[in-house]
Amino acid sequence: MELNEALERFALRMGDNTLILGHRVSEWCGHSPVLEEDIALANTALDLIGQTQLWLGLAGELQGNGKSADDLAFLRDAWDFRNLLLTELPNGDFGRTMMRQFLFDAWQSILLPRLAQSPDARVAEIAAKAAKEAAYHVERSADTVVGLGDGTEESHGYMQQALAYLWPYVGEIFDTDEADDCLAQAGVVPHFSTLKDEYYALITRVLTDATLDVPQDDFAHRGGRDGMRHTEHLGHLLTQMQWLQRAYPGANW
Amino acid sequence: MYAQMIKTARSGVKTRDEMTDQEREFQDKIDNDIKIEPRDWMPDDYRATLIRQIGQHAHSEVVGQLPEGNWITRAPTLERKAILLAKVQDEAGHGLYLYSAAETLGESRDELIRLLHEGRMKYSSIFNYPTLNWADIGAVGWLVDGAAIVNQVALQRTSYGPYSRAMVRICKEESFHARQGYHAIMQMAFGTPEQKRQAQDAVNRLWFPSIMMFGPSDSESVHSEQSMAWKIKVKSNDELRQQFVDQTVPQIAYLGLDMPDPNIKWNEERGHYDYSDPDWSEFFNVIKGKGPCNVDRMNARVKAWEDGAWVRDGLLAHARKKAARNMAAE
Repeated sequence: MELNEALERFALRMGDNTLILGHRVSEWCGHSPVLEEDIALANTALDLIGQTQLWLGLAGELQGNGKSADDLAFLRDAWDFRNLLLTELPNGDFGRTMMRQFLFDAWQSILLPRLAQSPDARVAEIAAKAAKEAAYHVERSADTVVGLGDGTEESHGYMQQALAYLWPYVGEIFDTDEADDCLAQAGVVPHFSTLKDEYYALITRVLTDATLDVPQDDFAHRGGRDGMRHTEHLGHLLTQMQWLQRAYPGANW
Repeated sequence: MYAQMIKTARSGVKTRDEMTDQEREFQDKIDNDIKIEPRDWMPDDYRATLIRQIGQHAHSEVVGQLPEGNWITRAPTLERKAILLAKVQDEAGHGLYLYSAAETLGESRDELIRLLHEGRMKYSSIFNYPTLNWADIGAVGWLVDGAAIVNQVALQRTSYGPYSRAMVRICKEESFHARQGYHAIMQMAFGTPEQKRQAQDAVNRLWFPSIMMFGPSDSESVHSEQSMAWKIKVKSNDELRQQFVDQTVPQIAYLGLDMPDPNIKWNEERGHYDYSDPDWSEFFNVIKGKGPCNVDRMNARVKAWEDGAWVRDGLLAHARKKAARNMAAE
């Protein structure tokens, strides 16, 4: 596989993750448990959408057919999306939203500082900006997971339930294909398998602080990062997100 | 902004002779434009009126997230989505400063929220109108935040220090929102025929609700006299409304849109635009809970609060456990 093609696929995956998760987080606007959380969730969504502009911008540039980040976000159908299934799952209650955020932030907080060292300047530049945001996000989502896990019996129950629901979607993070191998060989992106132990150590530490039982089952749902089988939820999300662009094609907004 | 129909906690203004020494000293400070600070003595009615006004303003910022949040997931480009997210985040931040300003008067945020949820406090009438097409988001930034700015620029001179300082900061952000809103609707007014139609529809629907934001006309506004004497309010409803109309009409003209009110006309003699009164019976209905979205807005807020109870309780319990553990470790 050509390096350019591999990098395009990588940028698309990074951008689709932040786009879809950013969309989900933004659904909370005005509905969260307390005003500080409304602010924090909007802030997180904003960072994720900002990262999306950069990653999808890079993907479009590498595709070389003049597509903008907006074209990629608003004019692809579900099977062309390459986000992790984890990011497209419905918000559920606030506990599930924050658990999903933590499981994702933990991954980003490990991956992005590595990418910031990439010899590919475009990747390094985007990652350097995103890494700062991810460091802050993981601090906040980890604190919330700990606070709610180690809160009341009721909040503990919600968090354990959230973890049980989300756990089968964690394994997909570490799936790799020929594009990942190609990038690792070229030294542009570390091979994900080299980051796995660090990731599980981080989440185990936080989940233990949260007094939660870490599931031992390593079964994983897959189909997001290769687009082979998204959940039913993604189509509905796109229906909403893409509606204006689809209804009024060619308009400038 | 976003405070309307604030009932002053006292009827009639005392003459200097009727005032106690303390009250006279207080009034002198106000007359000399010396800000009142949280530790200063103040009449109970001044405090109560301010709590109502600041609380209503804070509630408006919070409820105001809903009509805008209605479009975040449908924003047409990544940039527009980011701008809207940043704006809504700012509004929630305003809510936070304002609740803090109310706390300096001895009223807790939880108590104000309880009063709102029980229907004993209000938020601005404007947020009981729906946002129906994407141009509404531009129009909310331009017209609603625009009207808010007119009100809030005046309130920067309000007599209560923490409120006045909050207004200075809030105005800076609102001005930015208003420019972004105008830019968004400009893009549509100058866009395709369908986009222009959406822009016109938004202006037609939101014009009168926007000018209602300043409250009833001065002749109907019974609560103003004492609030003006205390400089809780610094300009009359009609003065502010006229200022808004005068600044906004040329902007509508620039967009090439039809005026939302056929009676808008430059009056050479007055040096102002003439305009029609809004339908005040509609305004009073909205205030009483019969606006198009009142029930849904309140249900959404109450549901968010109730669904979030376990989260607030959990985080509080954890904070207490942590503090106890730290204490034990010392």
